Amino acid sequence: MDIAEKLKILADSAKFDAACTSSGVDRAGGYSDGIGNAAACGICHSFASDGRCISLLKILMTNFCLYDCKYCINRRSNDVPRARFTPDEIADLTINFYRRNYIEGLFLSSGIIQSPDYTCEQIIEVLTILRVKYKFGGYIHAKAIPGASPELIEKLGILADRISVNIELPSQKSLDMLAPDKSKNSILLPMGQITKQIQQNSYDIVKYKSAPKFAPAGQSTQMIIGATPDTDFQILRLSEAMYKKYSLKRVFYSAYVPVGDSRFIPAANEKPPLLREHRLYQADWLLRFYGFTAGEILDEKHQDFNPLLDPKCNWAIHHPELFPLEVNRAPYEMLLRVPGIGVKSAQRIVAARRQAKLDYKDLKKLGVVLKRAVYFILCMGKRAEGLIVTETGMMRQLMSASVVKELEDNGYGGEQLSFFDTSPTLEDRVKCLTGEM
Amino acid sequence: MFNRRDVIYSYDGSFEGLMCCVFESFVRKEIPEAIIVGDPLQLSFSDVLEIETDSQKAMRVSRAIPLKISDFTFDTVCKMFLSCVENKDLLILEFLHKGFKYGRNIEHMLADDTVNTVNKAVFHCTHEAHLLKGFVRFSDYNGYLAAVIEPKNKVIPLLASHFTDRFRNENFLIYDKTHRMALIYFSQRTEIAENIDFELPDANAQEEYYRELWKCFYKTIGIKERYNPRCRMNLMPKRFWSNMTEMRDELGITENSANRILQKNERYN
Ligand code: SF4
Repeated sequence: MDIAEKLKILADSAKFDAACTSSGVDRAGGYSDGIGNAAACGICHSFASDGRCISLLKILMTNFCLYDCKYCINRRSNDVPRARFTPDEIADLTINFYRRNYIEGLFLSSGIIQSPDYTCEQIIEVLTILRVKYKFGGYIHAKAIPGASPELIEKLGILADRISVNIELPSQKSLDMLAPDKSKNSILLPMGQITKQIQQNSYDIVKYKSAPKFAPAGQSTQMIIGATPDTDFQILRLSEAMYKKYSLKRVFYSAYVPVGDSRFIPAANEKPPLLREHRLYQADWLLRFYGFTAGEILDEKHQDFNPLLDPKCNWAIHHPELFPLEVNRAPYEMLLRVPGIGVKSAQRIVAARRQAKLDYKDLKKLGVVLKRAVYFILCMGKRAEGLIVTETGMMRQLMSASVVKELEDNGYGGEQLSFFDTSPTLEDRVKCLTGEM
Repeated sequence: MFNRRDVIYSYDGSFEGLMCCVFESFVRKEIPEAIIVGDPLQLSFSDVLEIETDSQKAMRVSRAIPLKISDFTFDTVCKMFLSCVENKDLLILEFLHKGFKYGRNIEHMLADDTVNTVNKAVFHCTHEAHLLKGFVRFSDYNGYLAAVIEPKNKVIPLLASHFTDRFRNENFLIYDKTHRMALIYFSQRTEIAENIDFELPDANAQEEYYRELWKCFYKTIGIKERYNPRCRMNLMPKRFWSNMTEMRDELGITENSANRILQKNERYN
């Protein structure tokens, strides 16, 4: 089988894994006699036809697998073409793509062949060739194979920038149902080990300058959304717990795309739950950068996201007692909670109001999305001129353009909604990139 | 104190030259109506003052910026100088007038119109440079790497440190076709050359091989159930596509039709 054919099969079977290189590791000049660096902010090299960022050569070493996870395209019982790269082939592709600036590095995962230990050793072999033979200083994200021995995971962590163990499904029950070969424990065990090692390593580095770095870009995980009946609240609480307990850098959510076997899960003709995935990412940002807790965003009585409103707007309209806020005085933490004000614009407000009192037109210059924010703020004690607060009016302004469009397409709203601006501005696009809202 | 006067400054287009414009405007206690580069004879409606570039004067201004305002402001001015905004020269002058008046506080005067316009233009420029760190595509010519870009802003100086670090042991060239300038890194020495012409040579078989593999990867990695061309276009504007290996097929460009590429690209701007 030639390389192109293998690449097709092994990229196809890796495409559902989410990864992002924005990591917080800045590594100028990794090896003085080698090639490559790593940028803390992450660099997107291309965008695929589905709009997702491409920054890494994302492939499986092989899609042969001993296991039979029902949600997975590579499961043993699935009838798909199989292939396997040799470690040298992967290293050669990585270096040649990297030199042409196609990629930021490698994301390597694998089906399980022979045994978890054997599979892990093969991955280590690839990373060793890259780091030692080619002195490759670019970014490497490796999947820790569940069930591999702690010594091997340690080796992996020293070679890679980031390691991830996929939690896959949000509960033991779901795992039992869809991934009979995996248990929550076999997933959480390596996750815990990696967390410990990262912490231990940060002491070592202080003590001995030359201590090798263990997964300097930290640990991430991924969950599949919509293959099982778990609610949004359960998912979000699990993420919150994992961020706390395992100091994860990222939790990725992946809308389930049906891959055949429908005895257990949504049938092949069902659409992936993209809106739900989008809401989870929004809520995830609120957890990490906006000081929200999972319990504030959803609760026992409201287990699922409001499909019409993003989680922050939804929270704000349920807390009328806290608004409106005086922009010239409100503390930073509260500014962050206003719909239409993101991390950047909140920081700008705090800086700019030291120089002069801010008015509505000033806020616009600072990047505040006024059409949303006006319902929740005062400038120098005053409401925005001409603002009439009605519930439907407000709801319309708070809904995103795509939601409005969907309502329109389904016959709601009619002409009234047509004045919405649906073309995103540059700033919007950047926000889309950084996940701010 | 500084009146806006019905006068136009013309200078040679260099950073030093612009600093001399700032110098003159302080001496003459005025803010010109416009600043233009090059031949002043074309205009006849207002007075045109030709500003001579004098490195002594330029030095006095550019030293004063970090000293009297801040390092951050100096950095902003340097980046603004690379901007594609039409009246960037006048904006820099106005910005510096405010800077010398308010000192370091200018950094936080985000609601001020000049500051806001400058910040937006600088963002546009640095953002384009950031995108290009990812979108630049090199081809290998027997060990030498070469790439062509067509940015709106003069991003080459902003790309230099990233690529010379990343490819510290390679020899490479990035050519900015819009501004006819290039970043050249040869035997570990960096040089920025202006007023040059360059065409990418035809690719050899090995180069074609890796291009095909990359296109194959690109096509495979998109999830067709999530097809979303609008989102892709927002994040990767079409004007970059013609210089990106994996996007040329979508534009209907075959590798040997360099002329058509040019025409297409113009339409997308
Ligand atoms: S072990 Fe991994 S590759 Fe194998 S079937 Fe399960 S999820 Fe798929």
